[in-house]
Amino acid sequence: MEQALIFFFENKEAIFIIALSVFVGIEVISNVPAVLHTPLMSGANAISGVIIVGGIILVGHANLTSFSLNLVLGVLALVFGTLNVVGGFAVTDRMLEMFKKKKK
Amino acid sequence: MDKVLGTINGMDFTIGDSLLELSYLIAALLFVYGLKLLSHPATARRGNLWAAGGMGLAMITTLLLHKNDSGAGIPLLNMWIIIAFIGIGSAIGWIIARRVKMTAMPQLVSLFNASGGAASMLVALLEYPNAIAGDIGSILVTVLGLIIGSVAFSGSVIAWAKLDGRVGDIMKPFMTYINLVLLIVTLGMGVFVVFSPTPPSDLMWAIYALTVLSLVYGVMFVMPIGGADMPVVISLLNALTGIAAAMAGFIYGNQAMILGGILVGAAGMILTMLMCKAMNRSLLNVIIGSFGGGGAAGAEHEHGTIKEIQLSDAAVLLSYSQKIVIIPGYGLAVAQAQHIVHELDALLEGKGIEVKYAIHPVAGRMPGHMNVLLAEADVPYEQLVEMDAINPDMPNVDVAIVIGANDVVNPAAYDDPSSPIYGMPIIDAHLAKNIIIMKRGMGKGYAGIENYLFFNDKTRMLFGDAKSSIQKLVNEIKSM
Repeated sequence: MEQALIFFFENKEAIFIIALSVFVGIEVISNVPAVLHTPLMSGANAISGVIIVGGIILVGHANLTSFSLNLVLGVLALVFGTLNVVGGFAVTDRMLEMFKKKKK
Repeated sequence: MDKVLGTINGMDFTIGDSLLELSYLIAALLFVYGLKLLSHPATARRGNLWAAGGMGLAMITTLLLHKNDSGAGIPLLNMWIIIAFIGIGSAIGWIIARRVKMTAMPQLVSLFNASGGAASMLVALLEYPNAIAGDIGSILVTVLGLIIGSVAFSGSVIAWAKLDGRVGDIMKPFMTYINLVLLIVTLGMGVFVVFSPTPPSDLMWAIYALTVLSLVYGVMFVMPIGGADMPVVISLLNALTGIAAAMAGFIYGNQAMILGGILVGAAGMILTMLMCKAMNRSLLNVIIGSFGGGGAAGAEHEHGTIKEIQLSDAAVLLSYSQKIVIIPGYGLAVAQAQHIVHELDALLEGKGIEVKYAIHPVAGRMPGHMNVLLAEADVPYEQLVEMDAINPDMPNVDVAIVIGANDVVNPAAYDDPSSPIYGMPIIDAHLAKNIIIMKRGMGKGYAGIENYLFFNDKTRMLFGDAKSSIQKLVNEIKSM
């Protein structure tokens, strides 16, 4: 119990952010029309690529004087993260472009 | 420019630190704003670009301004390695996103989701040895990030393989129990790692074991799921990737990551719930997979007879109708028949016939699959009608054409309490004056449930590949 309270106090800002973002997330996408389900999912998927920031920090703080498994894995994290971000936003844009085109 | 501005908790902070956090705030706001715009048709494209801008900003400022926060304030190392591999990832992502066929969209979304999950898994795995023994909070978020990221990664890879037709649905009754045991073992292992007083560097065996367990669980959890349940799972995996990224955000105390991740997690969960509601099932029910067990009782119903229709008769029937509704399903996507079906509807519209498409929320293999597919074939937006909007009008419809859809038009959902899909909202094809069903053969739908619509007196079957059937139908109508 004490541990939990300590955890809460030390991370209170982050926990506030989580609690509020849950509501923001629900509020922002409620009543989304079915036609946008795929692009919305794909766009949200690209946003979850924010893990790339973690990847940058990870590799940026690693001591890479010698070749190691960690180096390979860290670099893989970077590639996977950017793949998610760039691919995700690009494909969402392509999808939405298609939706727009047919409206004319 | 990196002047020390002041001190918080005994640590100096500089202009750079301050600007970095400010950029994270802007990035987080752009994520929210982008997602908001993404949920309205008119602004969706702009929304996507805003969110992408937020991501670009967060990446650039992290590269330029992030410092090791252990007091020394060392700037990021390995700058060129980072830039090089970001470049490689961007190039691959861009090329795949631009080149891939629109019909392969569900696979692609799964694949990108898998890569996000893999990144979260790797970050958690590599950060774990840096955790301090006994710091339960930070080990907890690392372990959660590892488990969730791994499950999202391997689960999405399986989802991709299924959508790409490389892996079939493997559903055995005992798998439910294996999965349950696997889940308990994985979580138990996680709890052990979190509460163990052993320094993390001595617990590497446990963390590797945990990674493997989570990866296996991801595979086993998606393996039995298929058919109309696929959109639910795709959307759930998407939410998981977001949550995994948020956990990694906790490790670094990075608010942009926490907010972005949770935002995606919450939005993904809502979409998941929406899909579940469209099938009148609970999420737990989808994951455990009750399909396959309960369908046997339906076999006692009398079948009636199947009546086929000739192409020429179908052409006449369609040409003399006033109102036609096309109900597409996954079969349309498999047959790649979206272009030819648009040709058919344009031909009929040219004769003054009103043609609409009735879209069931879980038709296809991902949320909104049919919309993307038909948009690719330039079917006008106004012609796509959602289930709730079209159903009241179904009795006035002269011909309902069902193309590659099955469970979403099965009247057993209304009148057979023993059917596994009982209670699921369906498109009321059975109320139309005539029904034409295009099907490859007499196979059952994913759920293995008999579809009484096929035996309806108003129903005529048109067997064969949807693409060539529609092509012949178009030729027939043209030659009339």
